[in-house]
Amino acid sequence: MTTTPASAAAPSSLTPRILEAVRHYGTLGIFLVLVIVASLWSDAFLTERNLMNVVRQVASGAGIMAVGMLFVVLTRGIDLSVGSIAAVGSVLCAHLIAAQGFSVPLAILLVIATGAACGVVTGFFVAYMRLPSFVISLAMMAIARGISLIVSAGRPITMGEPGASLVDFGSGFFLGIPQPAILMLLIYAIGAAVLTYTSFGRIVTAIGSNEEAVRLSGVPVERYVLSVYVISGALAAVAGIVAAGRTGIGTPQVGVGAELDVIAAVVIGGASLMGGRGNMFNTLLGALILGIITNIMNLAGVPGYHQNVYLGLIIILAMLIQYVTARSRR
Amino acid sequence: MTELVSLSGIRKNYAGVQALKGVDFDLKAGEVHALVGENGAGKSTLMRVLGGETPPTSGTVSLYGEMVALSGPRDATSRGVSVIHQELALAPDLTVAENIFLGRLPGFVNHGALRKAARDILDRLGFAIDPAVQAGRLTVAHQQVVEIAKALSNKARIIVFDEPTAVLANSDAERLLAIIRELRAGGTGVVYISHRLNEVFDLSDRITVMKDGSHVETLETVATDVDAVIARMVGRQMSALFPPKDGRVPGKVVVDVRNVTRGRKVRDVSFSVRAGEVVGLGGLVGSGRTEVARLVFGADKMDSGTVELNGKPLHLSSPRDAVRAQIGLVPEDRKEHGVILDAPIRINTTLAKIRSITRFGILNVTKERQVATALGAEMRLKASSVDAPVSSLSGGNQQKVALAKWFHADCDLLILDEPTRGVDVGAKSEIYNLINDLAKAGKAVLVISSEHQELFGICDRILVMAEGAIVGELAEGAFTEQQLLTLAMTQSARNRDEASL
Repeated sequence: MTTTPASAAAPSSLTPRILEAVRHYGTLGIFLVLVIVASLWSDAFLTERNLMNVVRQVASGAGIMAVGMLFVVLTRGIDLSVGSIAAVGSVLCAHLIAAQGFSVPLAILLVIATGAACGVVTGFFVAYMRLPSFVISLAMMAIARGISLIVSAGRPITMGEPGASLVDFGSGFFLGIPQPAILMLLIYAIGAAVLTYTSFGRIVTAIGSNEEAVRLSGVPVERYVLSVYVISGALAAVAGIVAAGRTGIGTPQVGVGAELDVIAAVVIGGASLMGGRGNMFNTLLGALILGIITNIMNLAGVPGYHQNVYLGLIIILAMLIQYVTARSRR
Repeated sequence: MTELVSLSGIRKNYAGVQALKGVDFDLKAGEVHALVGENGAGKSTLMRVLGGETPPTSGTVSLYGEMVALSGPRDATSRGVSVIHQELALAPDLTVAENIFLGRLPGFVNHGALRKAARDILDRLGFAIDPAVQAGRLTVAHQQVVEIAKALSNKARIIVFDEPTAVLANSDAERLLAIIRELRAGGTGVVYISHRLNEVFDLSDRITVMKDGSHVETLETVATDVDAVIARMVGRQMSALFPPKDGRVPGKVVVDVRNVTRGRKVRDVSFSVRAGEVVGLGGLVGSGRTEVARLVFGADKMDSGTVELNGKPLHLSSPRDAVRAQIGLVPEDRKEHGVILDAPIRINTTLAKIRSITRFGILNVTKERQVATALGAEMRLKASSVDAPVSSLSGGNQQKVALAKWFHADCDLLILDEPTRGVDVGAKSEIYNLINDLAKAGKAVLVISSEHQELFGICDRILVMAEGAIVGELAEGAFTEQQLLTLAMTQSARNRDEASL
C-alpha cells in the first residue's frame, strides 16, 4: 500500500530455513493476510479515504515513535516515556506558537530539542549509572506527563491563526498522500539507512547482542546507549507536533498509553526485547498492522473497551511467534 | 579407626569427556585426608560425587561400611556428609540463623529459638557472629564459619572443605585450621582440598594426589615431602604442536607494568614485555592472572600503579583507552566476552576498528567482506562465508575470529587469556602458529594459560603468579612443571596479606 523504505533486513543467516523465513517475512505475511481479509470483509476498508485515514493515524500515533523505540529495544532497553514526551511536544508546540508568539519552525526546533533533552536524562541514568531503563523511563513518563499538564494548565491549547501552517501540514496531502504519512515514511527511510548502512546502527545492534563483547572491543558503549534514548525522545516530540498539527490543538491528553502501542508495533515487527534483533521495515509493518486492526474494529463497530482485549491477544500471538523462532536457534 | 567413606572405582563422564577414570578414595574417622592435584585433575568432581550432587557413571559409594546410592545433596546431608564449596552457597538475604538451619526450617519459624540454637553452635566454634544479621553482610571468612556451623548443625561426621583458605587472610585461615583440628579430635572425618601445600603438610594425616581424573597415589603425610607430592602431580606431555621459536627478535620494551594493585586480587605486580616476545603468565586458576590482564586492558580500574606503552604512560579508564593505545585482549570467556555469537564473522572481525571500513560513519560492507575474507584466509578460518554467524563455527574457529579482531586492529600488545580453551588439537596448533607469527612481526604478546605445556611450548619466559602477586619467573630452557608448580603452590602463603578482612 505504501512504498517501502530501503530494505533493512538485519544481517543474519540462522537455521533452520523455514523458521528463519517466518522470522523475516512473518510480519509481512500477517500484514498481507490482514489487508486481504479486511478488504474482503468490509467494502469500506479498501477505499482511499479510509486508507489515508489509517496512515495518518499511524503517523501521529505509534508510527513515528516506533522508530525511536526500535533503536532503544535493539540495545536491550525500553522507553516507556514516549507517550508522555509526545504530550509535552504537543502542548509545548501549541504553547510556544499561540501564547509565546514563536514562529512555527523555531517552535518545532525547540520542541524537538526538549524531547531530546528528556532522552538525555533517561539515557544518562541508563547508560552511565547502569540503572534499569524500565524504571528510569517510567519515572520520565511521569515527569513528562506532569510537565505537559503544567505547561497547559491541564487544558487544551488552540494554536489558531499563528499555527495555520502547521495545521495545513497536518491535514494536507502531497501527491494524494497525507503529509504526516510522508514524514513518517521519510523517518523510517532514514532510520533504516542509519540502522543498515552506518557504524552507529551496526554498533547499536551489536550492543544488544553482546554488550560486554562490544565494550571489550574498545567501543564507548555508554555514548551509543545514551544516543538511542535521545533519538527516542526527539521522535516522540515529533509525534507530538504531528498530533498537534492534525487537530490544531495541543493537549496533555496526547499519547496516554501510547508507549504500549509503540512497544507492540516493535514487537509485532519481530524485534526482540532481549536486544540485537529487529528491523525498520518490519517495525513499520507492525505499526500499520496495529493501525489496520484498530481500523477494522472501528469499521465493525467493536466497542472501544473490547478493542483493548483483542490488541492484547495480538501482542501475545506476536510474542509466541518470536518465542518459537527464538527457541529453535538455541 | 572406623572407615567413614569408601569410594571405589568412581568414573564420571561429562558429554564424552572422562572427568574421573575409576578413582578410589577413603576417609577414616578422626583424620584429615588432603586431596591435591592441578586444576582439572578431578578433585572437585570426586567430592561432588561424595556430596550426592552428581551421580557417578559407575563405581560405588560406601558410607560407614554400607553401600549407598545418594539421591541428591539432601540425602548426603541427612547421612552426615557436608561439602563446603569454594564458592559459598549461603542465601545472602537470609539471616545467619536461617542459613544455618536452611532446608530444615519448620513451616512457622520461631526466630528466637532459631537464633539461640545458632548462637550455641557459633559459640562452640569460638566466633561471636550475630545470628540475626544477614549472611551477605558478613566477611567471606565469617561466611565460611557459617557454612561450618551449618555442617555441624547437620551433625555432619564427614566434612569436605574445597579450598577453604583461598579467600582468607592469615589470621582467619589459622582460626579455620584450628577448627578443623578440633573437628578431627572429635572424631569427624575431614577431606581437605587445597593448593597450599604448606597447609596441607601442616594439617593432614594422609595426602591423595590426583591427576587427569585418576588417583595417582595416597601418601602418609609424615612419610613424604612437598617435592615428592609435586613430582606426582606433574608429567602430562603434549605432542609436538608448537612452531619453532626461532626468528623472533626481542626489541624494545612495548609494555611496562609497574606496581599495579587492585584490592586483594592483584598485588604490586610489575613486569614488562618486549616487542617480538611472548611472555607467559602461569599459576593456578584464581591466582590473579585474568585480573592482571583486565587491568592492563582498562576493563577494571587499578587502585595504584602505572602502565607504560612504548615509553608513554597510559591513562586507562576503559577498554577504549587501551584499544586506542593499540592494546588488544582475547578474553577467557569466548562466548560471553570474546565474540558476538549472533553476528556474522565480518562484523566481529572489524568491531575493534570499525573506522577502517567507514567513511563519515557510512559502512563499506564490500570492503569489510574483503578485509574479513583476507584475514580469514590468513588464519585458515573454516567457514562457509564471512557472512556466516560466529555461532555456526567450531570453538577453534570462533577463537580465530576473536583473534582476527585484534589482527585487524593491528595491536602492539596482544593479551591472550586461555587462548586454546575448548579448542580442538588441530586448531590449537594453528593458534600457536598465529601467536608465533605475531611475535615474529614484532608484536608483544602476553599469554595466560593453565596448560603448562602450552606455556612452555610458545613462551620466551614465564611469570608465575600466586594469590595476586608474581612469585617468580622461569627463563627459556628452565621450564619444568615441577618448578612452576613449586612456585605456584608453596610461595603463596608468604605473600598473604596479614591484614584482617
